[in-house]
Amino acid sequence: MTYSDIGYLFVFLPLTIILYSIFPKKHKWKILLVVSYLFFWSISSKLIVYLIGTTILMHYYGLWINTIRIKRDEKLKTIEEKEEKKKTKEIYKKKQKRLLLLCIAIQMGILLVLKYSGFICENLNIILTNINLPFKLNICQFLLPIGISFYSLQAVAYMIDVYNEKIKVEDNLGKLALFISFFPQIMEGPICRYSETADQLWKCEKISYTNLTFGLQRILFGLMKKIIIADRLNVIVGNIFNDYANYDGGIAALGMVLYTLQLYADFSGVMDIVIGTGEIFGKKLPENFRQPFFSKTISEFWTRWHITLGAWLRDYIYYPVSLTSGAKKLTTTLRKKVGNYYGPLIVSTFALFLVWIFNGAWHGSAWTFIIFGMYHFVLILLGRIFEPLFKIIIQKLHINKENFVYKGMQIIRTTILVFFGELIFRANNLNSAFEMIGKIFTNFTFNSIGNGSVLNLGLDLPDFIIVATFTFVVFITSILKENKVNIRQNIANKKLVIRWIIYYALILSVVLFGAYGEGYKPVDPMYAQF
Amino acid sequence: MEKLLEILEDIESGVDYENCDKLVDEGYLDSLAIISLVAEIEDEFDVQIPTVEIIPSNFNSVKAMWNLIKRLQEEE
Repeated sequence: MTYSDIGYLFVFLPLTIILYSIFPKKHKWKILLVVSYLFFWSISSKLIVYLIGTTILMHYYGLWINTIRIKRDEKLKTIEEKEEKKKTKEIYKKKQKRLLLLCIAIQMGILLVLKYSGFICENLNIILTNINLPFKLNICQFLLPIGISFYSLQAVAYMIDVYNEKIKVEDNLGKLALFISFFPQIMEGPICRYSETADQLWKCEKISYTNLTFGLQRILFGLMKKIIIADRLNVIVGNIFNDYANYDGGIAALGMVLYTLQLYADFSGVMDIVIGTGEIFGKKLPENFRQPFFSKTISEFWTRWHITLGAWLRDYIYYPVSLTSGAKKLTTTLRKKVGNYYGPLIVSTFALFLVWIFNGAWHGSAWTFIIFGMYHFVLILLGRIFEPLFKIIIQKLHINKENFVYKGMQIIRTTILVFFGELIFRANNLNSAFEMIGKIFTNFTFNSIGNGSVLNLGLDLPDFIIVATFTFVVFITSILKENKVNIRQNIANKKLVIRWIIYYALILSVVLFGAYGEGYKPVDPMYAQF
Repeated sequence: MEKLLEILEDIESGVDYENCDKLVDEGYLDSLAIISLVAEIEDEFDVQIPTVEIIPSNFNSVKAMWNLIKRLQEEE
């Protein structure tokens, strides 16, 4: 079952709404917990044990941390001297840190073994062959529970926040289980923080008309992106990436652009369904997209695309690594030697590298993902290194940074760089990625468009028109959102007749133009596989 | 407070620190400036700023930074 399945939309979700509505207020969160586990069972079967394991780990970690704190506080009561108190605090903090590191190692260790052992063994075997050693490692492939990459990050964030006393320990196992397994976000995120979403999960109210209609609107808009655009593009994208050798650079470039569009429509469409589902039950899940194709730099792009992953990497890798005591001392020293800008830049580059190697590897166990991460690391690093130079050039040339043309050129440049990143991301392997990029630069022609052969790749002219039309609709809504127009509130404020014309138009669009049935192959939920 | 203003001026000069309350939101202080700022504040005011405190609302204005320093000093 995926979020765009008929089973989810017409059976699972309505039944959950009914059950949630008929149970009394204090038991509603338990209904959400039961259906969340049923949902996860339906997509992962017996692999649900991993989710249960993570929940138990988080629970006992919290209890253990609490026990250490109680002991610490009792000890502190018996101490008068300030210096002695400080030392005692440090001793107990070290104990907590050891526990934290152990639990993170267990959680991330499970992820590492399940997700990467095959990839690591494969590459070690290549090294062993190259140095002529006569043995090979057995390549183990484990079944991976869907969503493990997402809920592992949520679990680690919970543990670190508890350690830092940002949040209180949740001693109710059931409530913790709901936080980690809440059915709309378990497959593809968003990666929720306990401090932002947990409380609202168990403080349940009855479903309001506003929440129901707003949630359904959002689901409908997500379905439009997913079924009309992403699913329709599936065949042509697959054909181009699998058979790129038979086509020229123009087709390779088309594949790169269409895949980026498909990934955006799929992931952001699913996020609309996920957030819309949460909205029905009055649960505000964090946004994962904010008009990413209006970004002026690659750094900005990553604050608008998969926002919750970027924020996780920033809060749990970038800042902690950049602000270790050694790094801080080095920053102070280097600032005096190479200046205020390049001092911290040199120190934080290692943290930036870790962020991007983690980002790449998190997406999957293949070199394409690692290189995807490194590609962004290099782009962002170059952007940072040359930023002072660009500032001087802009000043000398008297360029107005707020100028529409200047901004437009920045957006186009960033979007092109994103296209190439997504090409690497989607390519079947690294060789294919480099060959496709090579073709784009050395063999770019419009011949396939000129002779019409582009229409034989799995998308005929009506298909292209449908994709273009609905991409335009998404583009217009993005412009409105970028200009802070609250589209859904505006629709809700319209007269009943107009409102329902818009709703019916959306419903009919999905029914009439959705890519399903014979000849179409829906996209597997892309991010659920990461 | 004056010492804090001095540190900010040293890290990124030419910003109206006393009146701006969106230093992070409006991009006057980026992640590199924050890294320098945290190191300097810790040195100058003898506090430890945990990474959970590195959020825009704690660095958007001089007042917010000052409140953070005071709070951390009291917690020490």
